Amino acid sequence: MRPFGVVNGRAAVMAQANVDTDQIIPARFLRKPRGGGYGQFLFADIRAEPGFPLRGGEVVLVGGRNFGCGSSREGAVYALMDAGVRCVIAPSFGDIFAGNAAKNGLLTIAMPVEGFVAGDMTVDLPGQVIRAANVETRFAIDPFRKRCLVEGLDDIGLTLEHTAAIAAHEAAVPGWARPRS
Amino acid sequence: MADARTLFDKVWDSHVVERLEDGTCILYIDRHLVHEVTSPQAFEGLRAAGRPVHRPDGTIAVVDHNIPTSDRSLPVEEPESRLQIETLEANVAAFGVPYIPVRDVRQGIVHIIGPELGLSLPGTTIVCGDSHTSTHGALGALAFGIGTSEVEHVLATQTLLQKPALNMRVQVDGKLAAGCTAKDIVLAIIGKIGTAGGTGHVIEFAGEAIRALDMAGRMTVCNMSIEAGARAGMIAPDETTFAYIAGRQFAPEGEALDRALAYWRTLPSDEGAHYDRVVNIDVSALVPMVTWGTSPEAVLPITGAVPDPAAEMDTDKRARLERMLDYMGLTAGQKLAEVPVDVVFIGSCTNGRIEDIRAAAHVAKGRHVAEGVRALVVPGSGLVKQQAEAEGLDRILLDAGFEWREAGCSMCLGMNPDRLAPGQRCASTSNRNFEGRQGPGGRTHLLSPAMAAAAAITGHLADVREFA
Repeated sequence: MRPFGVVNGRAAVMAQANVDTDQIIPARFLRKPRGGGYGQFLFADIRAEPGFPLRGGEVVLVGGRNFGCGSSREGAVYALMDAGVRCVIAPSFGDIFAGNAAKNGLLTIAMPVEGFVAGDMTVDLPGQVIRAANVETRFAIDPFRKRCLVEGLDDIGLTLEHTAAIAAHEAAVPGWARPRS
Repeated sequence: MADARTLFDKVWDSHVVERLEDGTCILYIDRHLVHEVTSPQAFEGLRAAGRPVHRPDGTIAVVDHNIPTSDRSLPVEEPESRLQIETLEANVAAFGVPYIPVRDVRQGIVHIIGPELGLSLPGTTIVCGDSHTSTHGALGALAFGIGTSEVEHVLATQTLLQKPALNMRVQVDGKLAAGCTAKDIVLAIIGKIGTAGGTGHVIEFAGEAIRALDMAGRMTVCNMSIEAGARAGMIAPDETTFAYIAGRQFAPEGEALDRALAYWRTLPSDEGAHYDRVVNIDVSALVPMVTWGTSPEAVLPITGAVPDPAAEMDTDKRARLERMLDYMGLTAGQKLAEVPVDVVFIGSCTNGRIEDIRAAAHVAKGRHVAEGVRALVVPGSGLVKQQAEAEGLDRILLDAGFEWREAGCSMCLGMNPDRLAPGQRCASTSNRNFEGRQGPGGRTHLLSPAMAAAAAITGHLADVREFA
């Protein structure tokens, strides 16, 4: 996973609540192989609307409450990242979306978004600071998630260091709960 | 009581392999259900890292999202769908994962077949790369949806890195009136707490009205936990649960079943267990529900009318309402029971079980689908289809002018050829009414199978209580 340090670039603001993952990427594009890039499918059904806030090239997206709710599709994170977005700031996130984001190096920051406007922004994850023309603010993040993002850690590698404990747990699974074939 | 634990606490605690310094846990996963859409990159990741599947026997794969629901003897026409299906078949062969083939009678929607085959059991952990994995919580399992990176993590380790969720109890009291179903209960709950109401929580559904539901109804309720923002929903196992499980293909039997039952009876939440949030709802006065907007929380009784954005003081909310009405092609004050429909979809992991098809057939019997309406019935699995045919439900529905199709996710999300055309309006028993969910520009009204059948017959959203 690509480590996340300090990111700088244009921010867009998409303030409406409940932007769901079907809007971020409609299901029909989930059949596409990742190799061709998912950025072209980002907000495919709404990006042609007048006043749509993303023009391409944004690095930060400021969203509304419950951003990324709905379907578990990781394609929503692929689409944002392949379009160049590295960070989403919103008052709250759908749980699965936030988890998927962390595992792909997309930083999600849950905080109030009043005061953020479209324009240049710097997001400093190691320092936990956001700087924009009219705002400088600190943000909170789960320490484990921060470490994984900053170091670009591979979760699976991390878990595989605990193979012995997994094997011990597995050996103790009661017979009825074991898979039958 | 300090030691009192909830159902969620008990299942969680018994699956923690190790608690890391910051509270993140390595959680053991008993069952991993795999389908064709969210698994290709996961298998690709394993391949790139040279890792095997840790527990092929704890994994089972099936095709559901892409599969056409027309004639199964024909090849899959859409090349991208065909490629995803072929990729899954190649992956399960290469990694030794058990697979239910497309033409096997047990093929179906992953969340229908898990319980149906006895794979989903009380007190177990179940995951799948699909948010409606919450369905399996109806049996007292901890079941939740995961993304593709987590699918790869489970394939490689049979565990996940997780932090415990908060406990939320939704207490549902009262007796349901005729015409109301589990779908109406869960839509009412979502209407009350909102689509982010359960975020960060696991919801335990409890109370008289939940106890009174059959397993199909409980699955419908838990299925839509995610529409209330909760990753998982759970219902304490009881005699209804145990009777459902007995005799299913992969369920324990004999002495193993006896030991399982003894354990399962210890699972219900202890008296005095702590919940971070409690919500009470009385359903005795509930009226059949239908959504009118593009979020599942935009829901009202069928006797209601489309809300008026002008009455909304908050400017953001007003703008959102206006957008919903514009997208849905509705006007403020319009009576819901007068909204005409073009398509009716009965199926999905929410309402594709035999009980749902019986409810639809009951309304359809001796009647006919209104002129100009296309009505599809898509059984949730091949076994559901077979059972319905044994009961003659297919004949009733076909005679009434419904289409009788093969099992799959179908028009719930339009990844196969079953899609709405732009502007088409659908009465749907599925779970999401998001913009474009059933096809670009398509308009979705969520409701119960009986209500969907009533809409098909009348040609508009209709109150099923008027069908004697």
